[in-house]
Amino acid sequence: MDARREREPSLERTTAERTSDREIVIRRTFNAPARIVFEAWTRPELFKRWWAPKSSGMSIQSCEMDVRVGGKYRIAFGNGGAESMAFFGKYLEVTPHSRLVWTNEEGGDGGPITTVTFEERAGKTLLALTEVHTSKQCLDDNLGFADGLRETFGQLDELLASLP
Amino acid sequence: MVQYTQTHFDASFAALSDVTRRRVLEQLARADATITELADKFDMSLTGIKKHVGVLEQAGLVTTEKVGRVRTCRLGTCRLEEEAAWIERYRQLWDARFNELDQVIEELKRKEKADGRKKRT
Repeated sequence: MDARREREPSLERTTAERTSDREIVIRRTFNAPARIVFEAWTRPELFKRWWAPKSSGMSIQSCEMDVRVGGKYRIAFGNGGAESMAFFGKYLEVTPHSRLVWTNEEGGDGGPITTVTFEERAGKTLLALTEVHTSKQCLDDNLGFADGLRETFGQLDELLASLP
Repeated sequence: MVQYTQTHFDASFAALSDVTRRRVLEQLARADATITELADKFDMSLTGIKKHVGVLEQAGLVTTEKVGRVRTCRLGTCRLEEEAAWIERYRQLWDARFNELDQVIEELKRKEKADGRKKRT
């Protein structure tokens, strides 16, 4: 697996970079045309299969996505019957196979804006996800060690509570 | 490097999986503390608390400094490293998501191919 990564450094390698005071960018190249990658981001039954990997300690309880400009989305997490957390917001831009922009409103007004671009090159898709926060302070808080830990604790507590 | 990061991530995860160690981190997020203070706070033996702090230290979540006979514990090392560590954790979350996404994509590609074959026949 590692040998394959060395031969194809651009593939299967996720990068994360803080590009400015207010911005963080995640990049990855997928071995498929943009229409397929886009489909996996915009059909809830596909989206819910990858958004909460086991290692994140979260499990998706419900996933509603009305993928059109002004349409809303809501992803709820929980253990058993109880909902413990939800991400929600609305789509600001929807350009098939190339661009998605949505708000993140679970933290109240002024949450970050997420932009995902899908750029097809020779049958592969270069994906870039950019989160722009309203201020340096907001991203600092989000990146803050204590806050990150709180979130990790929450996920761990849920994970541990869910174990038999 | 990848191997190192993975090992380091595992160490962080193992360090965080214990409730006492999480409480120690929460306590240190409020203020630095000595081993003795932590032992008192959590009603544990010095040996017991030293063991927990050792695990946190190995995971890079806590640093300690001994002055005379007093060992002081504090969170992380510096802001920049904390931020780099956070970004790395965030990257790993996305990497895990994208590994799952790769599987969904492979499935869609296979389905598209199969549908294409059906159309041609």
